[in-house]
Amino acid sequence: MGSKINNKIGITAYGAYLPRLRLQRKAIAEANAWFDTSLNALARGEKTMCNWDEDAVTMAVDACVDCMGKNRDSNPVALIMASTSLPFFDRQNSVIVAEALNLNGADIRTMDVTSSQRSATSGLLAALDIAAMAKGEAVLVASEHRRTLCASREEMFNGDGAAAITVGTNFVIAELVASHSHAVDFIDHYRTETSEFDYVWEERWIRDEGYMNILPAAVTTLLKKTGISAEDINHFVVQNDQATKIAKAIGIKSTAVVDTLMNNVGNTGAAHPILMLAKCLESANPGELIVVTGFGQGCDVILFRVTDLIRNKRPTLGVSGYLNLGCPEVNYNKYQSFNGLLQKDFGKRSETDKQAYLPAVYRHRDLINSFKGGKCTKCNTIQIPKHRYCINPDCDALDSQIDYKFAGTKGCVKSWTADRLTFDNNPPAYFGMVEFEGGGQMMLDFTDVDPDIFNTGIEVSMRFRIKQIDNQRGFRKYFWKAVQVSQNK
Amino acid sequence: MASGIKDKVVILGAGCSKFGERWDCDAEDLMVEAFEECLNDAGIDKKQIDAAWQGTGIDAYSVGPGSLSVSVGLHLPYIPVTKVENFCASASEAFRGAVYAVASGACDIALALGVEKLKDTGYGGLPQRTRGVINDMFYPNISAPGLFGQLATAYSAIHGISMHDLKRAMAHVSVKSHANGTKNPKAHLQKAITEEQVLNAPMIAEPIGLFDCCGVSDGAACAIVTTPEIARSMGKKDLVKIKALQLSTSNGEEAGYCNWDGTFIKPTRVAATKAYKEAGIKNPRKELSMTEVHDCFSITELVTMEDLFLSEIGCAAKDVLDGVYDADGNIPCQIDGGLKCFGHPIGASGLRMIYEMYLQLQGRAEKRQLKNPNLGLVHNLGGYPHMNVASIVILGH
Repeated sequence: MGSKINNKIGITAYGAYLPRLRLQRKAIAEANAWFDTSLNALARGEKTMCNWDEDAVTMAVDACVDCMGKNRDSNPVALIMASTSLPFFDRQNSVIVAEALNLNGADIRTMDVTSSQRSATSGLLAALDIAAMAKGEAVLVASEHRRTLCASREEMFNGDGAAAITVGTNFVIAELVASHSHAVDFIDHYRTETSEFDYVWEERWIRDEGYMNILPAAVTTLLKKTGISAEDINHFVVQNDQATKIAKAIGIKSTAVVDTLMNNVGNTGAAHPILMLAKCLESANPGELIVVTGFGQGCDVILFRVTDLIRNKRPTLGVSGYLNLGCPEVNYNKYQSFNGLLQKDFGKRSETDKQAYLPAVYRHRDLINSFKGGKCTKCNTIQIPKHRYCINPDCDALDSQIDYKFAGTKGCVKSWTADRLTFDNNPPAYFGMVEFEGGGQMMLDFTDVDPDIFNTGIEVSMRFRIKQIDNQRGFRKYFWKAVQVSQNK
Repeated sequence: MASGIKDKVVILGAGCSKFGERWDCDAEDLMVEAFEECLNDAGIDKKQIDAAWQGTGIDAYSVGPGSLSVSVGLHLPYIPVTKVENFCASASEAFRGAVYAVASGACDIALALGVEKLKDTGYGGLPQRTRGVINDMFYPNISAPGLFGQLATAYSAIHGISMHDLKRAMAHVSVKSHANGTKNPKAHLQKAITEEQVLNAPMIAEPIGLFDCCGVSDGAACAIVTTPEIARSMGKKDLVKIKALQLSTSNGEEAGYCNWDGTFIKPTRVAATKAYKEAGIKNPRKELSMTEVHDCFSITELVTMEDLFLSEIGCAAKDVLDGVYDADGNIPCQIDGGLKCFGHPIGASGLRMIYEMYLQLQGRAEKRQLKNPNLGLVHNLGGYPHMNVASIVILGH
């Protein structure tokens, strides 16, 4: 039924990204239960944990690639990034994501949506509006790197991750049926312009007065608008461990409640409704109804109906794929170090000035943000970085190169090292020579390394990551690193 | 067609400071120590020096910008002094400047001096530093052992030599140099080591262990050059002449064009080919008496034996283990202990090698003197395996 109706709007693709590291909650409890024994009761399962070089921007790029694929013909009309952990308060983060995705910046609307746990659902509604108005495809990516106070319950619960949705009118896999939003200044937690961490109120009050009151009222209002019965809802997305109670209060069957991923991901904040939706879409069937909720100073409720095309569109890996790529981490100290929670002796080698020279960063953004090199129009030699003269000794043509995208290109490790002398936030520093499929080679950092299988000859793909953090000025530099292609992939 | 440098310039005198952790010394003290020895050896007054070239790798840590450190430190009489930097080959660059000045006839006598004060950084290894505004945006956070270690991983993969066997050969390189270093009072490290110690040492950058690395030291070395005619007029005999002086610099092809497999240093091969031609050497393996090469890491020395066409490609490990490059082998390498035992004050190393070669050719190398050396090759390498500058100086009678 989906493809026949041209005026419908809805989800056209979905994808996700979860960091490879999975911090075992037991490790958090073991380190902190001396102080708060109640943490032992929460020490079940694992949560996703950013590597030191991951943040909301880098994960957003990965989630978009998972959603949109590496080879795209058309440019979306808009890219909206939702997060409450944006690395930059004033430098539009969605622009960095757009450049890393090699989108055409000359013709795209970008926007960061933030400051609420429902920023992603609000962003999704905005994306739907834009797509409808512009009659094109809009991207919503939600991403969170959730830094928390040591020994807090949030440290136990929260995880890091990202999910992306494209919306539009072409190849709709889940059409928008209706939406409803409710704004109320219910302060379950807050973070101010001067604070680093959330200040959180008691869970019982949030549940009873917040989730149990605000959400059912809004969902019921939405269902009334549409004339759809609560019991006909097939999937109910609520990022709260009391989702079953909430469903019951509305009349939604308990089997419709979507897994909160608390056991293996944790609560990824603003990204979580989209992450849960992305997981839900992996197994949704044509005709099924999905209610997505976003909670925070009120709520957004969005109702989708799955179309026949759902089975024709899959993410590259999806939530399930990334769930399978986890690597257990039991080192709580490493988690704290990666999240900048320790006053630590990083050694004198870490003290080198890391100033970013912004005019040079701007001039080289094609290389730094988009990982573009050159292809010689005279001899077809592919090269990165792009210099004025062609690198082929038999060609040597001046200014003969057109842009060549390396971002989605796989490579092969020709030589490598694991360096314990140089400064690295996660020693040893792996770097080496990578030769790309189709041509070109470059000395690159490796990240997310599995030392047991790392060697010459292995296949790698390129990821946008933090290259260096300038603590003196609060700046972070990004660049591309090579990651071994998983054997599971 | 250029006539080349062969026999146009001779070394009139040379000097070298004690290398090591010279906590008591500034760069100035190191320079004066080497310079005074050099002046005495040359038998001239410093007012006879027409021009000077200074090699320093990282001036921010050592001497500051410009060439004032040499001019002021040695109190030179308002002569032209030029500071050059070309990675770890900076001393060879200074030497090239001085030699060219004499060969051109612009100067009768010129000084080349290399100096580096590195031990004030507060940590081991070469300083962590910027690679330039643009490069810093995309270079990995490299270290020298990390980059040169990749010579070993690539060499092992391409030549099908197991890392175990390659590491044994690399260990032999270090053991040999330490044995030589025990006979050199100016070396930083003067202790013998065993193959077992090398193989069991802590890992620095896979697969390079602690004893695969040269040390980092403070030091200075210098040479005064002139024409053979002037040297003879001063009563000098047994002249040590420059037979060849070549330099080759990477142009980015090894780094970015897929025609380099990572197992060799291309500029070394280019510079060696030109240098042999300039010196008239047809069979280096038979004609060279000895080499001082840039053994920043054991694997660097090993592949350099191939790049200098002394070992067949893929056969250096076997030759090393067969003792070809030992003190009693066919072509002794690092008879003074090398970078391995002297450590590597970046801007001084090339001239330290020339100093040893000069002593050997004059038969003045005391306990480590080789029997009747005739032709010696100095190889000084700067940069990284995939992007570097290689210098070759051949000295002889």
